[in-house]
Amino acid sequence: MLYAILCYDSEDVVGSWSKQEEDAVMAKLAVVQEKLAKQGRLGPVARLMPTTAATTVRKAREPLVLDGPFAETKEQLLGFYIVDCASLDEAIEIAQDLARASSTAGAYEIRPLLLFRPGAGAA
Amino acid sequence: MTDLAWIDAALTSARPRAVSALLRYFRDLDTAEEAFQDACLRALQHWPQNGPPRDPAAWLIFVGRNIAIDAARRRGKQEPLPAEDIISDLSDAEAELAEQIDGADYRDDILRLLFICCHPDLPATQQIAVALRIVSGLSVKQIARAFLVSESAMEQRITRAKSSMAAADVAFETPGAVERAERLAAVATMIYLVFNEGYSAQGAAAAARAPLCDEAIRLARLLLRLFPGEPEIMGLMALLLLQHARSSARFDADGAIVLLEDQDRSLWNREMIAEGLALIDKAMRHKRSGPYQLQAAIAALHARAARPEDTDWAQIDLLYAALERLQPSPVITLNRAVAVAKVRGPAAALAMIEPLAPRLSGYFHFFGVKGALLLQLGRAREARTAFDQAIALANTTAEAAHIRMQLDRLIKDSGPDRDAEARPKRH
Repeated sequence: MLYAILCYDSEDVVGSWSKQEEDAVMAKLAVVQEKLAKQGRLGPVARLMPTTAATTVRKAREPLVLDGPFAETKEQLLGFYIVDCASLDEAIEIAQDLARASSTAGAYEIRPLLLFRPGAGAA
Repeated sequence: MTDLAWIDAALTSARPRAVSALLRYFRDLDTAEEAFQDACLRALQHWPQNGPPRDPAAWLIFVGRNIAIDAARRRGKQEPLPAEDIISDLSDAEAELAEQIDGADYRDDILRLLFICCHPDLPATQQIAVALRIVSGLSVKQIARAFLVSESAMEQRITRAKSSMAAADVAFETPGAVERAERLAAVATMIYLVFNEGYSAQGAAAAARAPLCDEAIRLARLLLRLFPGEPEIMGLMALLLLQHARSSARFDADGAIVLLEDQDRSLWNREMIAEGLALIDKAMRHKRSGPYQLQAAIAALHARAARPEDTDWAQIDLLYAALERLQPSPVITLNRAVAVAKVRGPAAALAMIEPLAPRLSGYFHFFGVKGALLLQLGRAREARTAFDQAIALANTTAEAAHIRMQLDRLIKDSGPDRDAEARPKRH
């Protein structure tokens, strides 16, 4: 089964990291990702630009374009992984590995995928 | 990442919101700052054991407020100290209370805090120093290093600046739309000054001041998060990112200036460029142009060019023309002339800058550009005169060295005898 692991964290805090701290966290996360990739279980991975770059289109009869993220929250969606796991336990294990690699106050939300179209051509 | 590094990042990022809420509560900057410092000390004791609170800023506001109130009571009544666990035993209920103190006004709180630093009586360098100290939380030592002055001199400067700020009496009521827009513009200018202080540094100062660029970007991001629909703030943020993206290509190993045309574009920071381009895209949708957006759009055209010869100079010329209309200034015309030289040739560019001479007679870049244009036209002797004037006006040794390099090339190319005759060059 495919799971999305959504990464939530305070972008304020992440934005306050020094270059060295950022590199250190990314290197640790890369180790977790590499292990998954070797097992052929790592799907697309994305890191999102800060919410200041976000634009929201609100559904309405005339869809409304708004600057900024959909919701003002204390933690923001910063990125996601798609992973292939035999069970929820496995997905939780991966999320725990990721959590240990970046010991901030954020959270990983695990969401099983209902439909997955890998797409083609983009980037 | 260690716990301590995380706590440090959390305290830094919570600082603007926490200090500005405490300022609204106590209406005194020193008290607010002290309360925040005390709350940070408390955080360093508690967070490693109890784990980080869900909302660090709310925690700091609540704890800081209580410590300051207790301190005031103690001073008033000389009462014994309250038990440690009374003030520091925090539950979720208390976090909610902090939420109330903080309230929905935090946007205007932070803007007010930033705005207080832009007091018009303060010279630009003091505005920058104060903003870095109060809003960014840089240490006096770090700021002193950036400004190449002693720590005690910087301490004095900040103290003096703070007393003029205290006398300024900035209103604590929620500002009206006009006042908010004015504050926003003043704060944007101040952030740009912070950035420029870092960006324009050369040589030995460049490394010391580099953090100022990062701080300015952080402040711009903070401001944009508070006012997500303001195209000029998007433009400001985009401009800073697009300029900062080039920072590792702007000087060579010896600290000499590398012109945009000669920069190794593979050294440009692609992530910053991508974010800058995304922001300028967003801003343009509003069709409310402004100086930051136009400057960012110019920087974006440079960033989009894979090679210097791919640069869309015609579009850059148009953008500078729009900027000239918005903010007439000889310096903008001078910048436009560089684009005009590419589109319509050096003669047109020279004709454009010649009328600027009386106003830019003390400006290094004027003579640098003039010399380069004359050189392109084969007027070597006049070019040399212009370059000599540029060297005399250079602000830094790197600037002087850059012009001297062009002069050396000129002498080598033309030879002393040919130069004396000022014969047009044939290549």
